[in-house]
Amino acid sequence: MNTWLEANAALVLALIKVLVLVLILLTGIAYLVWFERKVVAHIQTRWGPYRVGPHGLLQPLADGLKFLFKEDVSQPNVTSPFVYVLAPFLSLTLAMLAIAVIPFGPDVELWGVTIRPQIADLNIGLLFILAVTSLGVYGIALAGWASNSKYPLLGSLRSSAQMVSYELALTFSVVGVLLHAGTLSLREIVDAQGAAWSLPRWFVFPQIIGFICFFLSAIAESNRLPFDLPEAESELVAGYHTEYSSFKFAMFFLAEYAHMITASCLLTILYFGGWHSPFPATAEFAFTEYFPVLLLGALTLLCLLEVFRLSRGLHRFLMLVLGVGLAALAWLVAQPPLLAAIQGLFWFLVKVGTFLFIYVWVRGTLPRFRYDQLMAFGWKFLVPLAVANVIVTSFFLAAGLD
Amino acid sequence: MSASYWLFFIFAGLAVLGAFNLIWQRHPIHSALSLILVMGSLAVLYLLLGAEFIAAVQVIVYAGAIMVLFVFVIMLLNVGEEERTQWSRVATYLGLPVAVLLVVQTGYLLYRAVPMAIRVDPNRFVGTTRRVGELLFTDFLLPFEVTSILILVALMGAIVLAKREP
Amino acid sequence: MVPISYYLVLSGVLFGLGVVGFLLRRSIITIFMSIELMLNAVNLAFVAFSYLHEKLSGQIFVFFVIVVAAAEAAVGLAIIILVFRNRASLNIERINLMKL
Repeated sequence: MNTWLEANAALVLALIKVLVLVLILLTGIAYLVWFERKVVAHIQTRWGPYRVGPHGLLQPLADGLKFLFKEDVSQPNVTSPFVYVLAPFLSLTLAMLAIAVIPFGPDVELWGVTIRPQIADLNIGLLFILAVTSLGVYGIALAGWASNSKYPLLGSLRSSAQMVSYELALTFSVVGVLLHAGTLSLREIVDAQGAAWSLPRWFVFPQIIGFICFFLSAIAESNRLPFDLPEAESELVAGYHTEYSSFKFAMFFLAEYAHMITASCLLTILYFGGWHSPFPATAEFAFTEYFPVLLLGALTLLCLLEVFRLSRGLHRFLMLVLGVGLAALAWLVAQPPLLAAIQGLFWFLVKVGTFLFIYVWVRGTLPRFRYDQLMAFGWKFLVPLAVANVIVTSFFLAAGLD
Repeated sequence: MSASYWLFFIFAGLAVLGAFNLIWQRHPIHSALSLILVMGSLAVLYLLLGAEFIAAVQVIVYAGAIMVLFVFVIMLLNVGEEERTQWSRVATYLGLPVAVLLVVQTGYLLYRAVPMAIRVDPNRFVGTTRRVGELLFTDFLLPFEVTSILILVALMGAIVLAKREP
Repeated sequence: MVPISYYLVLSGVLFGLGVVGFLLRRSIITIFMSIELMLNAVNLAFVAFSYLHEKLSGQIFVFFVIVVAAAEAAVGLAIIILVFRNRASLNIERINLMKL
């Protein structure tokens, strides 16, 4: 048994990483929903989930239980029962598959073991993500058709057309980054932006137009506001997932948020230097190494303050537990071996969190595009802009400027 | 038995199953889904043969765009299942053995075409994107440009053909 | 490690199944999909031979085959749509007359 483990060590390590990542991803998606509801609520000057746990922190748990136990009102005369059940599974599987190639940090050395926080470092990592995105159209197209009803069919048609159009703009805007980095492997793209002070070498500065194209296309690809006409509640009933309920609907829901997380991770990797710190790595800035501890400490203080401010006993108790847990984590992270190991991951998560916040901010603020405006924007503005970006970039790189 | 050994058999099995299902299913949408399964398994087999760029192109273009076209047409034309018709007895008793013979013979001929001793190692000859790109733009530049004109012609043709007269 | 001939046998089997599907089925769309299956089988043979002879031109040819298949699928599906509009059926036994 021991020798089998040693012989297949790489496979076992990959399986452990997959398990850990899936658990963290599912929890992350659940709390992303909470985050979005709170932020959108505060933008609209109301409170959002507040009562289910302290500040609504147990709301995702309640939602999860609801989705599990709700009655599944499946239609008996769907066009094909196999396709009807397949579509949400396909959507969720593809959305979670894209996370497999995302590097979360540099190789870390912990107690003699080198861990690479990435499940698979493919040579064609970026093409893999594009491939998974193009397969994602199937989940929606099949869901709408299998529902055997007008509104889902129209919604899925519009949504698939939108996704296919913005895929083109996505692919073109990424070519600019490829020209700079010279490689398709995501880890090497992050390495190409690394230096003693990595901020000036981030690809967002030479590729600002590409960044804007990618950002807008990514919002359209995950069907988020302002591009979410196909699934808007006031428009086509609920679009392609009208006829789905409870668990299958939850799968579509999870897939959309997983898309959002993937897009934010890609944005940081391609344009914002991935896990590199924005501060120079010189001696004067060595204090920036303590930022993770600082953040955790601030959260601890917040939790402990809330203990005094909240009224219900259960909430106070939970906040106290949370505060103590965060304090313990802060102390743990401050120890030297862990502190050095967590730097990359910390900066990556900060950047991804910033982009997720921008996504939610955009959702809470902007109105929806009409469908013809949406398609015109994609084809007549974004695709020519992205192609122009490629041409200008290659011209500059060929002329030797940078 | 290394991983590539088991991976070959799993995905080759999936490909053959998908191909059978394509022929067996009556509703075109199920055939289309089986074809997508075949294309996906073939992409993995290309990876096992070291052709990483071609595997990505297969999934992005073939399974992700061409088959989407097929699925849309099937969805929108709303073709139902094929009707069952009477199979003529001659066709069944003569045709099925010939079909099996065709499949077996093609397989056998290809089996004898190459020496058995050569085994596939995914790392031996990797078709990296860089190498494929270099070849496409130097040795194969003319076919590359011609195919882009071909796609333009196909685009115009499809629009002209499928347009409804106002 | 699998012998290279296994890949070629698989390619042959898939091609044969494509031919059988092409001959047996009655719906034009399924016939078209059998053609795509045959093209895929040929692609697999190309990649296998490219590996065998260690030349990259096999994979380049697969690239061109995929592109040509895309163009062909676009025009072919447009024609199928036209046929459906005119005859209201995709059964080849119903559209075997030049006269409507």
